[in-house]
Amino acid sequence: MMPHTPRPPEAIAADRARYEDHQRKGLSFTPKSPPTPSPIPAPPPTGVLREQIIPGGWYSTFALQPGQTLRLQAHGLGSSVSLAAWATPDHSERLNLPDTVKVQWTTDLRKGRVLFSDMGRVLLSITEDSCGGHDVLTGGSGPTGAGTPAQRNTRDNMLLAAAKLGLDRRDLPMLMTFFAPVRVDAAGRFFWNATLLSGTDWVDLRAEMPLVMALSNTRHPMDPATGDVPPVTATLQAARPVAADDLCRTATAEAVRGFENNARG
Amino acid sequence: MQIYDIPAEKPWSGIVRKGQTIRIIDAYGQQAIDTIFYNAADFGERYSAQDTMLAQGAAYITTGTKVMSSEGRVMLTVTADTSGRHDTCAGCCSCESNTVRFGMGTRHLHACRENFILELSRHGMTKRDIVPNIIFFMNVPISPNGAMTIDDGISAPGDHVEMVAEMDVLCVISNCPQINNPCNGFDPTPIRVEISD
Repeated sequence: MMPHTPRPPEAIAADRARYEDHQRKGLSFTPKSPPTPSPIPAPPPTGVLREQIIPGGWYSTFALQPGQTLRLQAHGLGSSVSLAAWATPDHSERLNLPDTVKVQWTTDLRKGRVLFSDMGRVLLSITEDSCGGHDVLTGGSGPTGAGTPAQRNTRDNMLLAAAKLGLDRRDLPMLMTFFAPVRVDAAGRFFWNATLLSGTDWVDLRAEMPLVMALSNTRHPMDPATGDVPPVTATLQAARPVAADDLCRTATAEAVRGFENNARG
Repeated sequence: MQIYDIPAEKPWSGIVRKGQTIRIIDAYGQQAIDTIFYNAADFGERYSAQDTMLAQGAAYITTGTKVMSSEGRVMLTVTADTSGRHDTCAGCCSCESNTVRFGMGTRHLHACRENFILELSRHGMTKRDIVPNIIFFMNVPISPNGAMTIDDGISAPGDHVEMVAEMDVLCVISNCPQINNPCNGFDPTPIRVEISD
């Protein structure tokens, strides 16, 4: 083996102390005003720019400017909406879920959390969310996966959606899937926590930089539902002013630093 | 047998042919080893963390794990693991994510993504081709409530993981230089890779 000279113990101790301070703050995070789940039914969307019903098994693409908000509205159990997103004009900057979960110290992304790009910037904020039942770990259905009614699957939908944005399979990031309550037990095994979903859930995602996104409305492979995949409605809403004390922009030190990177460009 | 000694904080890449075994050795213990696999005949097919986790129904990589590709195919099978479990949720470190995690003062510290960009450039690939990877010997427990944290590594000096290739793969490694969290015991160390028939 190659020889190794350890770093000085005092340097290691200083770095460890700094990490443990970040860790303590990150894991004990309690927002200033605890985000209660958004009400059901959702209030009517405002400033509607485009409304798109995505049939079960299908996909759509959207372009968002900063401040514009996309609403996803479920119409029954048995459908989940997978999301990929890319910055514009440089599509090599894209949704990065590993960074998103590790910098926020949680895989439980819900109202008040933000979605990071690989460049340490915030792509999207989860400004409203009725359920907190979303998946960042397992993606969607593959070409050969179970739970792919009518032979349509998430992987193919994402390839098709990416193609229509001028992108290809090399551009596909890990997917965030809304209305897919995948959780991890103490042994590290996944389970589907159906109690988190109502069938009428909704989320609002606010763009924090110019971006394009791909959405796939498919049945998650772990979803025990059978029968047809219900449609979802995706509604693009006009930008509204963002308050100085906006929850997503101020909830954690990490979010604040992410938005500093957005401002830095 | 091919033997490659990889210095602390450095990248490496090499081909593992179908049927060969790659052994990755954490020579000094507690060293995170960020690893991506590509189909050697088609770099567009590459490691998929989500397909790997979904296929086994569990979050951690260990003996028995089928390392899955973006096309839903088995790339390698983990056949030995003296350490216990490995992460594939947290991804590689970058200068940019370090600023968010640890403050703006960490922007100019070396990071895995710098290693990956430089090593992938030798194979005609770019940042675009960096996918969420396996981090051998990194300990990232996820709680039932979703909380996750990078804890002290559980690997001892000489611990290793072995995989048999199910297709010809390009293995790209960043020997993680991170000193802002305990994934390397705050002291990045050399590692060894062995490839045998």
